[in-house]
Amino acid sequence: MTLDEIQEEIIAEFEDVGDWMEKYNYLIELSKDLEPLDAKYKVPENVIHGCQSRVWLVADVVDGKLSFTADSDAIITKGIIALLIRVLNKRSPEEVMNADLYFIDQIGLRQNLSPTRSNGLLSMVKQMKMYALAYHTKLSQA
Amino acid sequence: MSLDVNKIRQDFPILTQTVYGKPLAYFDNGATTQKPQVVIDCTNQIHTELNSNIHRGVHYLSEQMTELYEGARRKVQEFINAEHSQEIIFTSGTTGSINAVAFSFGELYVRPGDEIIVSGMEHHSNIIPWQMMCDRKGAKLRVIPFTDEGELMLDEYKKLLSNKTRLVAVNQASNSLGTVNPIKEIIDLAHGVGAKVLIDGAQGVQHGGIDVQSLDCDFYAFSGHKIYGPTGIGVLYGKEKLLFDMPPYQGGGDMVECVSFEKTTYNSLPFKFEAGTSNFIGAIGLGAAIDYVKSVGIEDIAEYEQKLLNYATDKLLQIDGLRIYGTAKHKISVISFLVGDIHPYDMGMIMDKLGVAVRTGTHCTQPIMDRYEIEGTIRASMAFYNTFEEVDRLCEAVLKAKQMLE
Repeated sequence: MTLDEIQEEIIAEFEDVGDWMEKYNYLIELSKDLEPLDAKYKVPENVIHGCQSRVWLVADVVDGKLSFTADSDAIITKGIIALLIRVLNKRSPEEVMNADLYFIDQIGLRQNLSPTRSNGLLSMVKQMKMYALAYHTKLSQA
Repeated sequence: MSLDVNKIRQDFPILTQTVYGKPLAYFDNGATTQKPQVVIDCTNQIHTELNSNIHRGVHYLSEQMTELYEGARRKVQEFINAEHSQEIIFTSGTTGSINAVAFSFGELYVRPGDEIIVSGMEHHSNIIPWQMMCDRKGAKLRVIPFTDEGELMLDEYKKLLSNKTRLVAVNQASNSLGTVNPIKEIIDLAHGVGAKVLIDGAQGVQHGGIDVQSLDCDFYAFSGHKIYGPTGIGVLYGKEKLLFDMPPYQGGGDMVECVSFEKTTYNSLPFKFEAGTSNFIGAIGLGAAIDYVKSVGIEDIAEYEQKLLNYATDKLLQIDGLRIYGTAKHKISVISFLVGDIHPYDMGMIMDKLGVAVRTGTHCTQPIMDRYEIEGTIRASMAFYNTFEEVDRLCEAVLKAKQMLE
């Protein structure tokens, strides 16, 4: 599936979810499915500080595709991370660099990625794109 | 006479709305308070009918505005019982007031090796300006520790005081623990070694008022928007003698007597500390807010808020796994808590969708969070327009979020 096809898939899933409580319940479920981040990666170098919650992000590149693992101390933040990873994982650096993550807005979670929320998510997306740019540069030079 | 909350609520138009289809229960009063209709009307009317810059014009509107502005100063003076109206400086808020003192007092009185004392439960606004001043002047910042209950350790405070102490800066009440501090004792002890005292009244003045003369405090700071007034206006009270001696911290219009390129002489008090066009509409709005608070009665407000605090404390503690941070004997109507291992952000997000507005995080008091080794708390801060039914909804929202997150 393409990056946008996965975004559409997520949007369709959320259309079946009713009110806010159900939406949060769904995010809580998603958080449980997120591949756990090994404790050894939960170090200051990988932390993205938000005033509200913390996020840890680790990136790698395997066969020219990016691989992200991430975690948060807040469950709802973690649920949103699970969605972001589902969309951006195993994509080429170029795809991640140019990704327009419109699904966040469409499923009503835009406020969670606003600069005022300070939960680390917006910085996490920026950091993911920075990794993509770095790997892109590295791969094109190789 | 006790307070009729249903009648009070009619004065605050914002409280009648629904959010996410639920009636709004606003428990973020520690961050900012809502405005009564009289304050909204006052600022609207000024914009509509009277707006004109103060102290400068020779014309009708300017004179009217200047009179209202100086009238607001006298209202503040009377409300906090300052001896002179020129001891009231209008600032942008508590932060602006504290920064002004940190600069001006620091310039005149603080020397290398001197010491400034703050408490461990200060808002960042009552820490950072002093750190900056200490860096500038080569002085040292000392910190009064507090107990697990959230009460300042006065014995430790006494040990910190010495002839090196220039100034002690503590809050009247803690924004995240709710503790009401023994400021009279703190002031008297400081004066005993010749130090001056600044009281951060941001969380105090709206919950029971203040009498700066009987307390004998040297500086007092508070914000308009936390006492039902407009945003962007605050007050610095300072004893006349100190303000007279201290240099201005900002230069600009209105604060000067005579300007030439060779020498500028400063205006008298309070104008020396009000450079540039001050927020005159905010100041007049603050005057209207003070009138409103007085019409309700500050004692009645305090009494009602204490009842709310006790009710909410008892009711929240019935929730399994709920811990309150800040259990001092004397508290304002602020409750900081955590439930089990639940992250405050998760809980706050769910409560929000249930129409219950709380604040989560460190509340600009990271040293307090470090003291308890926690990332943050959920804070419900109550005002006299909150009802007991809203407290019930607060507890229901906590329970619902707990059920979802555990």
